[in-house]
Amino acid sequence: MADSIITPEMRGAIGVESVPVTQEIEKGAIIRFAQAIGDPNPLFTDEAAARRSRYGGIIAPPTFLRSIIAGPPTVEFDIPYSANLDGGSEWEYFEPVRPGDRITHTVRITDVFERQGRLGNMLFVIREGRYVNQFGTLAALERNTGINYEPQDAG
Amino acid sequence: MSDQIYFEDVRPGAELPTLRKDPTTQQLVMYAGASGDFYQIHYDQGFAQANGLPDVILHGALKNAFLGQLVTDWIGEMGTLKRLTVQYRGMDVPGAPVFCKGIVKKAAVQDGQGVVECDVWLENSEGRKTTPGSAVVSLPLRSR
Repeated sequence: MADSIITPEMRGAIGVESVPVTQEIEKGAIIRFAQAIGDPNPLFTDEAAARRSRYGGIIAPPTFLRSIIAGPPTVEFDIPYSANLDGGSEWEYFEPVRPGDRITHTVRITDVFERQGRLGNMLFVIREGRYVNQFGTLAALERNTGINYEPQDAG
Repeated sequence: MSDQIYFEDVRPGAELPTLRKDPTTQQLVMYAGASGDFYQIHYDQGFAQANGLPDVILHGALKNAFLGQLVTDWIGEMGTLKRLTVQYRGMDVPGAPVFCKGIVKKAAVQDGQGVVECDVWLENSEGRKTTPGSAVVSLPLRSR
């Protein structure tokens, strides 16, 4: 078995929160996101229709929060691979996200491990993203699996 | 808004209405812009192939969004999405349709809410499930 590429620096980054980023949610950004994913749901795109709903106005589609880019990690470490893939996400939703909300986003690594697969040795990084609104309410959590690998020569 | 589904309408084994999506390279560029994910494997074919990929591929998070649409279309305005899980097991490329599907696994009233658990997935035109997942929603009760 090959030597582990997991370093003490990687392990030291587990549990440490990224630099918080606060973003004001713009209605136009929600509508453009809904258009980009091809979702015509009036709750996400039509203010007049959404006002008649129980939400009283436009809300963001479930994965809109991906558009808030996390701040830099407070503990840096090197990953010896140049390519990465998204392995998947687990979302929990607690509160709708609306235009005008100020969402503070932080991310922390909860686990790091490696596995052999069709892309060779792969480094898995599990991250938990928190999205908290201006009232201090947790709006959503996203647990994401990042997969890092080194591309093999096609020839 | 479309017709509302109620908890009482749902039982295990019921299928969610299939959502067909036809992602294009243009959609991948729109999604890159809207999400801020500008990783080149999603719009630069040469870059994607140099990274061992067959072609540019769909953002996993775009497929996540498609499955979100599957569920939010089904639960309607009065339904609430509580949990959504997706795993990107296989790659999907633009220019080919994908089909978002789901099936109800469990339905129970918990704390006065009609809670429904579903398996959801995205499959390609060969019927291969590239993106399995699950969802937990609450649906309104007719009796309230």
